[in-house]
Amino acid sequence: MDIISTYGVMLIATAAIVGFFMAWGIGANDVANAMGTSVGSKALTIKQAIVIAMIFEFAGAYLAGGEVTSTIRKGIIDSAPFIPNPEYLVLGMISALFAAAIWLAVASYLGWPVSTTHSIVGAIVGFAAFGVGMDAVNWAKVGGIVGSWIVTPLLSGIIAYLIFISAQKLIFDTEEPLKNAKKYVPFYMFLAGFVMSLVTIKKGLKHVLKDGDFAISGAEAYGYAILAGILVALVGKYFISKIKIDPTADKEMHFNNVEKIFAVLMVVTACCMAFAHGSNDVANAIGPLAAVVSIVSNDGQILPKASLAWWILPLGAFGIVAGLALFGHRVIKTIGNGITHLTPSRGFAAELAAASTVIIASGTGLPISTTQTLVGAVLGVGMARGIAALNLGVVRNIVVSWVITLPIGAALSIMCFLVLKAVFGVV
Amino acid sequence: MASHSILGVFAKSPLKALEEHINTVHSAASLLKPFFEAVCKENWTEATELRYQISQLEKKADVIKRDVRMNLPRGLFLPVERTDILELITQQDKIANKAKDLAGRYLGRELTIPPQIQESFMAFVERNIDATAQAKKAINEFDELLETGFKGREVELVERMITELDAIEDDTDEMQISIRLQLKEIEDQLNPIDVMVTYRMIEWIGELADLAERVGSRLELMLAR
Repeated sequence: MDIISTYGVMLIATAAIVGFFMAWGIGANDVANAMGTSVGSKALTIKQAIVIAMIFEFAGAYLAGGEVTSTIRKGIIDSAPFIPNPEYLVLGMISALFAAAIWLAVASYLGWPVSTTHSIVGAIVGFAAFGVGMDAVNWAKVGGIVGSWIVTPLLSGIIAYLIFISAQKLIFDTEEPLKNAKKYVPFYMFLAGFVMSLVTIKKGLKHVLKDGDFAISGAEAYGYAILAGILVALVGKYFISKIKIDPTADKEMHFNNVEKIFAVLMVVTACCMAFAHGSNDVANAIGPLAAVVSIVSNDGQILPKASLAWWILPLGAFGIVAGLALFGHRVIKTIGNGITHLTPSRGFAAELAAASTVIIASGTGLPISTTQTLVGAVLGVGMARGIAALNLGVVRNIVVSWVITLPIGAALSIMCFLVLKAVFGVV
Repeated sequence: MASHSILGVFAKSPLKALEEHINTVHSAASLLKPFFEAVCKENWTEATELRYQISQLEKKADVIKRDVRMNLPRGLFLPVERTDILELITQQDKIANKAKDLAGRYLGRELTIPPQIQESFMAFVERNIDATAQAKKAINEFDELLETGFKGREVELVERMITELDAIEDDTDEMQISIRLQLKEIEDQLNPIDVMVTYRMIEWIGELADLAERVGSRLELMLAR
């Protein structure tokens, strides 16, 4: 108890700084995964990608990041065993942040494709199981989270496959691909706008506007989401009508003009992807911070119902944007040149599938890995014979890095926990 | 840095390389037209220059071929069979080799083309180059095939191109028969060894279309799966 009242401000400040650093790291590194396909398929320039990422990562983190944050904050751990010594939970959460941030920095330096979600979940489980005992971990929830890491790539793969096949049937394999592209592409835009706004309305806004004067019924939520989707589709349609169609570029069955239309769609799905990434990944940085703030500001009481302090979501959102602004340019540049033969129609199928899966999963509060989901989606398009060559070796590396991140995150977190305990003199 | 992102998942496209390879191969084959025109005029300086260009293109094709083979490890996930790609590039490469051998043989012996058959000889050469051009056209549909996920209308379009390629090859067979007859008429007036080699060379030229047709049928097999 003493520690929390004596060092309360310092603990919050430490957690806030590490949390901000973590968010910054997410912005600097993960954005490559979120925006890479758009830049790689030449639908967006690097500058455009950065601007879109900044706006929509922020929006996603701020508007829809609350649900996952709750899970990270209080879903993984069973708080009952911590009630006698809440300082363990405070120090543990700070350790988890330190551990995840260190691992992220090391992995980025070495060029390993790790997942921030996996590191933070591993870290939290690590300190809880070691510091207090196996029963301090809500294993059922952890099981669910780990299960989601298998289910979500699979799900997004299937969605990507279906989206790609539908685009083939409706647009590419028809008499007039160009006409059909103009006709059907706004529908995909509607889908992106609909999913994005539905999750924001149903799951996200309650964390932002929690004064109680905010109540939208289920039916109303769908209504607003449909309206938002239609709005997105109309704006998209306007931009499609502005495209200069170059008739000489189409010989017999050439799809240059069709791809131009998909490039417009890709802008929408890129927004969707950035939004999804922000909504899911901001929690990795601010979930532990939120837990620390909640305990300290309640004088050591662990309240299961405590709401999110108002400044936490924006802090995380700003952290991501700061990371983006400083390093995003460099990171995206290194990858932008890498891809050949990824056309907007493929990129869109993968991105829309991944974004929808992540957004839906964010709505359920499961912290999933954006990278895993996107890899699943890309493989889905590959299964539909849409991509020239996929490197399964790299896929394997990503999966391996994902598995080893869990124990490493846990071990680092335990070490930080021991160090912090010694520093603050907790027995 | 590159591996710290999903983009490492996208490997270099072997289909693009196949297109680049057939374009190079066809450039080599189509240089045979000016080459044989020079031979007809017995302008050996120009022929030497053209043979050099053909051999440079053949070398370039070899580099692409090796590159495709090196960049096609088993761990790749491709929309078509890996073995089909390797087979196809091998077939394509033979066209360039044949073009180089032809130019080399003519230049080496300073073998002339009898004036009586020059006209049909040139027509025969051009028709064979038509065949390689058609193979090039079909292979360059890979972009569009990928766009459509290797099915539907685009596959039918490529199949029509391959049928046309077969028709061109039939043409060259007819021309080959008639040019051999023409050569037979005048063969006693010529150096016997030159005649024998010329018969051989006519066969080789005809093989250009055969090889192009084989490229077409490999492509067809690839699409049939």
